[in-house]
Amino acid sequence: MATKDAPVNDPMLDPVTGEQRVIAPGHTFKSVTEKISRIVLTPHTPLGWFAGFTLAGGVATMLLVAVVWLFLRGTGIWAITIPVAWGFAIINFVWWIGIGHAGTLISAILLLFKQGWRNSINRFAEAMTIFAVVCAGMFPLIHVGRPWLGYWLFPYPSSMNVWPQFRSPLLWDVFAVSTYATISVVFWYIGMIPDLGTLRDRSKSKIAQFMYGWLALGWRGSVRHWVRYETASLLLAGLATPLVLSVHTVISFDFAVALVPGWHTTIFPPYFVAGAIYSGFAMVITLAIPIRKFYHLEDMITIRHIDNMGKVMLATGLIVAYGYATEVFMSYWYSASHWEYFMMWNRMFGPMGWSYWVLVTCNIALPQLLWIRKFRANPALIFLMSLIINTGMWFERFVIVVTSLYRDYLPSSWGTYRATRWDYATFVGTLGLFTFLFFLFIRFLPMIPMSEIRMMLPQAKIRPEAELSHEAGD
Amino acid sequence: MPEREGTYGLLAEFDTPSQLVRAAENAYAAGYRRMDCYTPYPVEEAAEAIGFHKNEVSLVCLIGGMLGVTAMFSLETWISVWSYPLNIAGRPYFSWPAFVVPAYEWTILFAGLSAAFGMLALNGLPQVYHPLFNAPNFRNGATSDKFFLCVEANDPKFEPAETRSFLEGFAPVSVVEVEY
Repeated sequence: MATKDAPVNDPMLDPVTGEQRVIAPGHTFKSVTEKISRIVLTPHTPLGWFAGFTLAGGVATMLLVAVVWLFLRGTGIWAITIPVAWGFAIINFVWWIGIGHAGTLISAILLLFKQGWRNSINRFAEAMTIFAVVCAGMFPLIHVGRPWLGYWLFPYPSSMNVWPQFRSPLLWDVFAVSTYATISVVFWYIGMIPDLGTLRDRSKSKIAQFMYGWLALGWRGSVRHWVRYETASLLLAGLATPLVLSVHTVISFDFAVALVPGWHTTIFPPYFVAGAIYSGFAMVITLAIPIRKFYHLEDMITIRHIDNMGKVMLATGLIVAYGYATEVFMSYWYSASHWEYFMMWNRMFGPMGWSYWVLVTCNIALPQLLWIRKFRANPALIFLMSLIINTGMWFERFVIVVTSLYRDYLPSSWGTYRATRWDYATFVGTLGLFTFLFFLFIRFLPMIPMSEIRMMLPQAKIRPEAELSHEAGD
Repeated sequence: MPEREGTYGLLAEFDTPSQLVRAAENAYAAGYRRMDCYTPYPVEEAAEAIGFHKNEVSLVCLIGGMLGVTAMFSLETWISVWSYPLNIAGRPYFSWPAFVVPAYEWTILFAGLSAAFGMLALNGLPQVYHPLFNAPNFRNGATSDKFFLCVEANDPKFEPAETRSFLEGFAPVSVVEVEY
């Protein structure tokens, strides 16, 4: 329902339901096509794009430097040691892959649930998935110490006659993440083919026509093709849904299968998946709000989208809170294990206990503001909230990895964890790489799926013949 | 491939999807079969109108998925039981619950790739050249805001003049002849 003080003639409110519209009124097939394809086909790239692109590229260079130094010196430049043998690399890996999950959720699960509002945000959410998986996938690889032997992870017939060990969750990870990356790219590309056809037909420059022509594979919009295309999209959505749930489940197995207090719990898979979606939606908001402002896309990415994403964050955030509560219940009382009890006490009140309270503040306490509709409908505030949530979700992984490890069974082997400048450089560098890739994406590819927006317009409704002949007569 | 010459078909352009669907329904009723509609977004009614009801993408996807699960589960079993048996904490060599995870991932991988590439293959894509692109109005609208019906010249019922006047009966924006 509309709020009482909203102006009655607000064009962004649907007069029938009183809800915010998913797309501003007055759009036609042509105006949608023009508005979206102009961003890509314009000969005048906005200066702001160059500024952001250069800045992101500069930060990404830091990653290059950090990784080169790592390859020269080995993982000793990081803070990982005994007892905390898993540090930033694993934290960042889990954080990035979790962020990717919202893209798949928006494109696949919301498609299956016929949530029409997802149409304008799904393309760049999928792009976000791919770039996040790029950043995530790098970490385990550079963490193995000898990344040039990374292909040993795959089962292939070698002259050494050695094969992988399939009972290890770390190997399951290889299959989960590689499948996830492949299917995400395929889903994204298949979804883009009709729009690439549009760009091919509308571009004026020869180079663009050639490039988009090849990428579009000769798409011509035959309805026979469209029927198969729609079937394939639905199937991919149906496959990506169990996939996205399985990927974070497998990642949680990396922890849960180990017999370490703080890791060995069955709550991990569902709570990891919820956390992934939570942080991913936060990242979609972090990206969507500046983009809609910069490219004036307020009539396609409306308050309705932002409001709905806020609701999803609130719901998944509460699932995550439930997960934390279960962990505390399990370790303090239900496990009746001294080691579990000590781990949780140490996690909350030990020397690194501050990280737990950062997590509780960012992931549970502050997001309760999302209950307020006015808060959800305010782009600036919800943007801020998305940053807070992503900080909180990063600390969640920090808490899980570090505070479970740094004080183990024997006090004489206790240690601490203090990240080095190379840890920070690598992490910040991946933020740069992610942004860099995203700048390239919004400049060269259609960031809103035109064909799906056309489908949502009122003109797309097929009207009966009687009305039609009347219209054709005048 | 032998060089083809002559007319590919007659292309009628419409402004709205409803007009296209009406024209396609009537053309089908009049006995035309070799025709296709071209739309900037999926119009299911148009596919129904030209008698295109089912497709094989789901079957390809199913076969792909079964291939994936069989391939990975067999590979894991062969490696762990025969080729390279390792005793990991006393677990049986045939630890099938652990094998489920990679097999599950490969089911999705193979099924997804089959659905995507199967769809492209069944559509005959990539096909960068098509006679329809010779029609100037096609490139202007088919992927943006216009709706097209093309009756192909190799339809047994196709007669250039007759088919043209038939199509013009549905008040199209234009009817043009498409050359090979």
